[in-house]
Amino acid sequence: MVDIWNGMTQAVWLMLTLDPELVEISLRSLRVTLSALLVACTIALPLAALLAVRRFRWRRGIIALLNALMGLPPVVVGLVVYVILSRSGPLGVLGLLFTPTAMIVAQTVIIVPLIASVAHQSIRELWAEYHDLLISMNVSETQKIRTLLWDSRRALLTAALAGFGRAIGEVGAIMIVGGNIDHATRVLTTAIALETGKGDFGLALALGFVLIALAVAVNLSIHWLGRTERGDRW
Amino acid sequence: MSALLPLVAQGAMSRRGGRVLVGPVDLRLDGPGITVLIGPNGAGKTSLLSLLHGTARLSSGSITWACPLDEARHAQAFVFQRPVMLRRSVIENIAYPLRIRKVPRREALARAETAARRVGLGEMLNRYAPLLSGGEQQKLALARALITEPQVLFLDEPCASLDGRAMREIESILTAARASGTRLVLSTHDMGQARRLADDVLFLLRGRLHDSGPATTFFTRPETPQARAFLQGDIVE
Repeated sequence: MVDIWNGMTQAVWLMLTLDPELVEISLRSLRVTLSALLVACTIALPLAALLAVRRFRWRRGIIALLNALMGLPPVVVGLVVYVILSRSGPLGVLGLLFTPTAMIVAQTVIIVPLIASVAHQSIRELWAEYHDLLISMNVSETQKIRTLLWDSRRALLTAALAGFGRAIGEVGAIMIVGGNIDHATRVLTTAIALETGKGDFGLALALGFVLIALAVAVNLSIHWLGRTERGDRW
Repeated sequence: MSALLPLVAQGAMSRRGGRVLVGPVDLRLDGPGITVLIGPNGAGKTSLLSLLHGTARLSSGSITWACPLDEARHAQAFVFQRPVMLRRSVIENIAYPLRIRKVPRREALARAETAARRVGLGEMLNRYAPLLSGGEQQKLALARALITEPQVLFLDEPCASLDGRAMREIESILTAARASGTRLVLSTHDMGQARRLADDVLFLLRGRLHDSGPATTFFTRPETPQARAFLQGDIVE
């Protein structure tokens, strides 16, 4: 109990004084995860809509695969990205290993299947509803996808937030590909792992509370921006 | 836009899983007016409409418009028995077909507003369409179908489960559309509605065109005994 209490007071203290190191680590966490989220959404959302709209040979297989990959172990993703980006790997010349970019790549790989699966579920339902109308209007495939993405945007927001939650709290992959280097690739989760290892539970807990606060704050602000749970809709 | 009509169907048939949904049907549609499609439940009214519209698969036979199929698909519209509402506002719903045709947003919304007022939805432009009542949704569907000024409009029981007032409003929209030169093909259960609207009648029985003719003669002197029985309110199978 004492540890938790210490952690909370320390967290409040760190936040109130805007501890420069804490601010730096938190901002890096946000930057890495939001970038990964942006990239992942650009890939996953059109993919989800395409899987709903187009009938092709490997469609069912891809959907099953995406569902299975939702449970992708981050450590393994980290390992694979590490091997690919390491100096002797196929993309070694880019020199990306132990940079925030490598962390973004790893997190993107982890959350694309999650976002695509969740998004596909809701887009598929909407497509069942719209199917007859859009076919009757002779709407092109691109237009179908754009209509479905736009009209299911609230559900897609939920999918994106699930992806954000998974990415911001993820430690295994970014520890491997980022290396937890101070002032370069240290983020909240890797810092927590480090401080716990050092036995500095107070600081570790403080960072943990900051991480939770950050996740909640981002969720709330996105909800606020998306105007969900407001007005006469839904 | 080149002329769509006449529409000629020859031996048109739609099958699903070995079962014949409708056909073979031979028919010719030309000129303005309202064609009313009647027949008992399961006679294939909906199937025939979607076959002519081109959303059901043509298993055999042919359906030809006076212009290439691509153009034809864009110059017609379909109103469903249960209207499909896009999860958008009323005005966005009505503007949608224009936006699909790459009409600039401002112009599309302006035209949609005019169309909404014409069908009496002018007061609810920004309401969320899926929350409208059944009659309002059907009026929205009509406005959305008519906004592209289609040459042919198919309607599948547009007034099923609507109250009298909504039906009266929808029928006046339909007669206005006829007056502006749109060819309407409408299936209905309601013989009163068929008599009120029809210029000519198609009587469908067991997937086939059993009887047809101009409304004036069909309702007074139907040629086949089945059509006579159906008009009298008997059960025909």
